[in-house]
Amino acid sequence: MRITVKLFATFRTDRFKIEEREVPSGTEVGHIVRELGIAESELGIVLVNARHAALDQQLQEGDILSLFPLVGGG
Amino acid sequence: MKALQTFLRQNADDDLLAWRHQLAAAERFKLSLAEVEAAIFEAGLLPARYQRNRRMISTLQQAQLFRSLVAVIGCGGLGGYILEQLARLGVGRIIAIDPDIFEENNLNRQLLSTPSGLGRVKAEVAAERIAEVNPAVTLRPVRELLDRSNGPELLAGADCVVDAVDNVTARLDLAEICSELDIPLVHGAIAGWYGHVATILPGDRSMQTIYRHWTGGKGVEQQLGNPSFTPATAASLEVGEVCKVLLGQGALLRNRKLSFNLLDMEVEEIPL
Repeated sequence: MRITVKLFATFRTDRFKIEEREVPSGTEVGHIVRELGIAESELGIVLVNARHAALDQQLQEGDILSLFPLVGGG
Repeated sequence: MKALQTFLRQNADDDLLAWRHQLAAAERFKLSLAEVEAAIFEAGLLPARYQRNRRMISTLQQAQLFRSLVAVIGCGGLGGYILEQLARLGVGRIIAIDPDIFEENNLNRQLLSTPSGLGRVKAEVAAERIAEVNPAVTLRPVRELLDRSNGPELLAGADCVVDAVDNVTARLDLAEICSELDIPLVHGAIAGWYGHVATILPGDRSMQTIYRHWTGGKGVEQQLGNPSFTPATAASLEVGEVCKVLLGQGALLRNRKLSFNLLDMEVEEIPL
């Protein structure tokens, strides 16, 4: 199935801003995160189709996964 | 104080009272500048320093800001700009809470930091700065780390709390404390070119949603640091929200988060 991955802020560095990917049916959000080399500790907001998602959520055909890094400074 | 009211009315230019008359009234009637400012509003007059606010903030609303109590947690990158803007806006009572002293690595961005102030207590420097910027504002400096034990006492009576802290643990605690005390919280966080802001009303779970994947430690600010303009941007967005919370105006940034990326100049609204 095809999904779209959107990366924000520092996650774009040496990766991409937006990319379509072919993944096996039932792929979990966490699998994509690991495949991208993003550590869980770096994760801020995780959205699937503009809704907050857990890392074990299974993606569906056509889903848009958006990943934002953790921002906590002041 | 009928004599004071008469003095103020006699010296007003239309409905504006100039600073020099406010000073003169304080001296003549042995009052603080804050007490005179309260009397100016009671007389239906406007301190002249707020004349460029008045097309968007009426005299009645300006008086409401003057009566408001806002707690700013953190006097660093975000906090310095937030305190400055609150005082210039005319928020009459401010609590500035920060346990730290100024260090050299603060100088690239923290408005309250100066070479001569290195080693000084941030909350005390904040009080001095605000006393210079707007002497009618009452600022209470608190050199303490706000946590769940002292939070309820320090924040009691606040109309709004502003998050200007630098770590996630403190933010999650702050959200719980504010919710329990029934106080609106304006949240902001920054890292490098990036930042976000959200307004959290009692009972909302926005902070918990924003940091639901947090596993401990710092965010990307640890790798990127922070420049001068990112805290100023987030702080300005936060103060705009505080103003709306205090006046009950406009559409709050509630149940959504505004994320900005100053490198690619993009803004995203994320539902919470």
